[in-house]
Order: sequence, then structure tokens, then C-alpha cells
Amino acid sequence: MPNILVFAETRGSALRKVAFEAISAARALVDANGGGQVHALCAVPSGGAALAGQLGQHGADVVVTVEHPGFANFAREAVAATLAARAQGGGYRAVLLGFSAQGRDLAPRVAAKLDAPIATDVTEIRIAVDAVVVKHPVYANKVIATLQLDGPLVVLSTRPGSFAAVEAPRTATVESAAPASDPSGEKVVVKEMQEGGKGKIDLGEAPVIVAGGRGLKAPENFKLVEDLAAAFGNAAVGATRAVTDEGWRPHSDQIGQTGRQVSPQLYVAVGISGAIQHLAGMRSSKTIVAINKDKEAPIFKVADYGIVGDVMEVVPALTQAVREAKAHS
Amino acid sequence: MKIAVCLKRTPDSESRFRIAANGAAIDETGLKFDIDDFASYAVEVALQINEKQGPGETVAFAVGPDSVQETLRKAMSMGVDRAIQLKTDATTYDGLAIAKALAAELKAGGFDLILFGKHAFDTSGGVAGTATAELLGVACVTAASKLEIANGKGTARRELEGVAEIDEFSLPAVVTIDEGIARPRYPSLKGIMAAKKKPLETKPAQLGQPRVTVKKMELPPDRPPGRIIGDGVAAVPELVRLLRTEAKVL
Ligand SMILES: Cc1cc2nc3c(=O)[nH]c(=O)nc-3n(C[C@H](O)[C@H](O)[C@H](O)COP(=O)(O)OP(=O)(O)OC[C@H]3O[C@@H](n4cnc5c(N)ncnc54)[C@H](O)[C@@H]3O)c2cc1C
Ligand SMILES: Nc1ncnc2c1ncn2[C@@H]1O[C@H](COP(=O)(O)O)[C@@H](O)[C@H]1O
Repeated sequence: MPNILVFAETRGSALRKVAFEAISAARALVDANGGGQVHALCAVPSGGAALAGQLGQHGADVVVTVEHPGFANFAREAVAATLAARAQGGGYRAVLLGFSAQGRDLAPRVAAKLDAPIATDVTEIRIAVDAVVVKHPVYANKVIATLQLDGPLVVLSTRPGSFAAVEAPRTATVESAAPASDPSGEKVVVKEMQEGGKGKIDLGEAPVIVAGGRGLKAPENFKLVEDLAAAFGNAAVGATRAVTDEGWRPHSDQIGQTGRQVSPQLYVAVGISGAIQHLAGMRSSKTIVAINKDKEAPIFKVADYGIVGDVMEVVPALTQAVREAKAHS
Repeated sequence: MKIAVCLKRTPDSESRFRIAANGAAIDETGLKFDIDDFASYAVEVALQINEKQGPGETVAFAVGPDSVQETLRKAMSMGVDRAIQLKTDATTYDGLAIAKALAAELKAGGFDLILFGKHAFDTSGGVAGTATAELLGVACVTAASKLEIANGKGTARRELEGVAEIDEFSLPAVVTIDEGIARPRYPSLKGIMAAKKKPLETKPAQLGQPRVTVKKMELPPDRPPGRIIGDGVAAVPELVRLLRTEAKVL
């Protein structure tokens, strides 16, 4: 079994959850196919070697660190060129990335450079002798496609949350490499990065999401949603398009067909009707809770636990109860 | 400015889907098709840029069988000046093959800006635009939720995972369009009449052999039916109990 090259995604110099998920997916694949190595490539401003421990812990045999101050921001062209150059080095069956904002941008670039077939947002991967077969949800998750990719080297991106990050400890060998193009000579230059707020958990990484809809009636009532998220402690706040259209929350908080696709352990839908386009982004959540005053709301069709009631009353009571439950656990 | 917009023909996202008899496609009977959502924002963005910047040309492209002509006409009824169909026998799911066909045609087109949707909701998942940019060797910004063009330079905003990024780039460039940037206009009656007379050229697509093929399509397993556990504040203790003992998330 030839090796798999994984893009170990970072923000600043910290690894992201999608990196571990992709490493775990690659580890499982090579192990299921008679062995082979998982190589992880990270592009960071500095401190790459320090990441090797964590990557080895999840199953990387080799960690390729590429350091350059230009990687402090998203140097998309240099990262893609470096990944492609490494992949071209030979011996790889697949390049794996996470289907995150970075991975969405990088994967097609790498595929075009390598002239390799590509499938994005995959939830299952099988490698056969002459083909790679993947599952990929299509039509806003309403249909699952099984795709076959023909070619000696393929590019795949893994749907966040679909491949569990599991430990498979080994001591990774560290190699360093130079960027394949100059990260300070990009055609696209990042002028500014506006952080969403310190310590904010990203929707794609949060185990719990509390999402609010138009049923909250006014932007200031999102305080109820934020308080409930804070009570869980590990929760992010999401919203429907009705809410982001009104400007109550930024577009980046939108969950659904045209927003983020999430599958947390727990999804709490507060004052959300459950339109088909919203369900497209969250119906694969492990457990769904819905609070809505209309017992006919479609959200109740997918909710494991529904409460029919006014969010203004139920949510504060739930927040209090969750705080107490947390205090006792 | 000379602006290209690349369009995909996709079914209405509200549709209920059934699997076709061959098990490897959706059954298209009764489905309504239109420009894919993000690409329709791209059309609007292109029209607004040219309206603001003065004389220019907006050209729509679609790779696909003759059914895409209707999609291209729709774009022309919104205000696009002319359209080019890159003809294939069937719809292909190989995003890189689509990008190759588009890049081959766009290469000599002299476009300042080439717009795509961020991703189409149907099948390929955000490959066509970025791959086209790579093949053309031009700057590429993905998922722009704001776009400004001035003095041969572009500025775009991208809303990422908890971070907003402001990018600057020179033209020519490929930009893929996110939601929130512009509401696509409805074609006026006059626009629809005018579109009938606008040029729609058909050329063979240089696709190459598709290397991504659909083996199977299936409906996902249903979630167990939902359950209402009670009314109002009185139901909260039961919810917390279930979250603790059954769902094990507390
Ligand atoms: C092409 C397309 C793409 C789209 N993409 C998305 C997407 O990505 N994400 C998305 O979310 N939507 C999307 N939509 C919009 C979607 O169709 C719905 O309009 C939207 O999800 C509705 O949001 P909502 O549930 O907040 O509002 P509403 O549908 O207005 O629902 C509000 C709910 O709150 C309840 N409520 C009101 N007051 C109270 C109260 N006091 N207590 C308890 N409950 C109360 C009501 O009973 C109602 O069920 C898209 C639409 C289209 C056409
Ligand atoms: N067959 C096609 N012809 C022209 N443009 C396309 C085609 N397929 C996709 N696109 C464009 O590429 C974007 C992303 O599509 P996709 O790569 O399929 O997710 C779409 O929003 C369109 O702008």
C-alpha cells in the first residue's frame, strides 16, 4: 500500500480539529490496505517541529514541516504549490485535506496542479486496486452519491465531523522542507484579519451548538442563546438565514444549505422553524433539541427532544438547569 | 470591464429527490431547474460591476448538454450580453474536467474578471472555479462576500470560520461568490424579450475523459421520527434528564 499525504491544517501555529480527522482517516485507510505510511505536511510561520508529537499521536509516521513567516496569514498559492510538489515526489496514493475553509480553497488547486481527480466533502473512503471510491453527500445532503475516482493519485477532502480523530500513537519522524513558491510573493495578499472574538469556539469544532432563529424576535434576545451556550461551556452559537439576513448575527454564523454544515454532538434549535435549507446544514447532528411555540413546526420532525413553548421562558429555565447539572457533574 | 460568469444548471433546492431507475442518478422528472444559487449571485455581481464601471461586457458560460441553454438564456434575461455553451453529451461530475473545458475557452477571452459560485449544491462541491483559476494561472479568491474593483485592482472580503479576511489582488482574477453579496434580480419582461435575440454560441467542450464517475445514488437513512417531550418550562427537567442519561451530552 502506497502512502497517503495529509495536509495538517493550522491556524496561527495551532493544529485544527480537521487536521486530526484527516490524519485518522488516512491512518485507517493505510491500515485497512496492508500498511503504508501517513505523511503530514504543515505550513506554519515557525514552531513546526513542536506539532510532530500531536500528529504522531494520531497516526502520522512522517511530519513534513514547512516554515516561513509568510505562513502567518493564509498563503494559499504557496501552500498549494508545496503540497503538490511533495505529492509529486511520488509514492502517494492520495492527498487528504479537511473540507474546511482552507481545505475548500486548497484542494482544487492541488488537484489542478497534479492533474489528479478530486472529490470534496467525502464521508467515507475505500481504496481498491485501480480506483478510489468515496461517499459524498449531494443535493444539500438529501442524496448520497458514491463516486469512483480513476487515477494513480487522487485528491480528497474529508467532511468535518465524519471521521473521528482517534489516537494511534507512534513517534513521527520530522523532515523539514522549503516552500515550493515564495509565500511573500502571492497574487492574493491578505490585508487584514478580523478575529471573531477571543476564545470563540468555531461552529465546525464545537461539540455543542445552540442556534437561534427568527423566533427570538430581536437581536438583543440572542443573549438568551449566548447564555445557554455559555452554560454548556463548550458550545458555539449559530443562526438561521432569516437571522443573518436581518443582520442580527454575522453571515459566518449561518447554518444550512448556503451556510455552514455542522454535525455536533448536540444541536439546540431555539425559535427555528426547520426549513429544508436549514435542516440541510444540521440534520446529521447526533442529538437535536428543538424549542418552538408551534407544535407543527417542521423542526420537531427531526428533533430527538422537542419542547413546545415560548423561547423567552423555556430558554432561561434550561440555561439554569444546565448550569446546575454542570455544577454537579 | 470584460467579465465572464460561469453557470451551472441545478434543480431547485426545495425539491424532493427520487433516485432514477439506474440507481446512479436522480430522477429529473418534475424537477424545476435554474442557475445554481451561488452562480446567480455571481451574475448579479457581474452586472452591478459593469453598471457601475461604465461600458463593458458580461458573458455567461456553461459546460453541459443542450439543457444548459435555458440557464444561459435566463442569465441573458437578467442582463448578461451574450453566452457560450460548451457542449457535452451529458452532465459530468468531474469538476476538474469542467474546469479544463472552461479554462481552454477562457484563456484567450481577454477577461478582466471571471466569476463563479462558491459551490454548487448539487454534486461537485466547489471545485470548478478554483481549479479554473489554477489552470489559467491567475489570482483566485474563494467565497467572497464582498467584492470591489477599482483601478485594475480587486478587494474582497471572505467570511471564514470565525474570522473575516480582507484580500487584495490584481486583475485578471477568478473570484468565487458567497451568499450575502447581492440578491439576484428578477428578469424583467423587457429583459426576457431581449434575451431571445442575444447571441448564444455553442462549441464542443474540451472535456477530456472524465475520471470521476457516479457509481450509485441513494437517499440517506431517515432520522428516527422526532419526539415532543412536553410543554413549556415544565418540560425542562425531563429534557435535562434525557440529555444526561440517554444522549449523554451533559
Ligand atoms: C436558496 C435558499 C437557500 C437558503 N439557505 C438557508 C440556509 O443556509 N440556512 C437557513 O437557515 N435558511 C436558509 N434558507 C431560508 C429558509 O428557507 C428559511 O427561510 C429560514 O431557515 C427560516 O429561518 P427561521 O427558522 O429563523 O425563521 P422562521 O421560518 O420565521 O421561523 C421562526 C420560528 O420561530 C417560532 N417562534 C416564533 N416566536 C416564538 C417564541 N416566542 N417562542 C418559540 N418559538 C417561536 C415560530 O413558530 C417559527 O417556527 C434558504 C432559502 C433559500 C430559498
Ligand atoms: N458545468 C458548468 N459549467 C459552467 N460553470 C460551472 C459548471 N459547473 C460548475 N460551474 C461553476 O462553478 C461553481 C462551483 O460549482 P461546483 O464546482 O460544481 O461546486 C458554480 O457555482 C458555477 O459557477
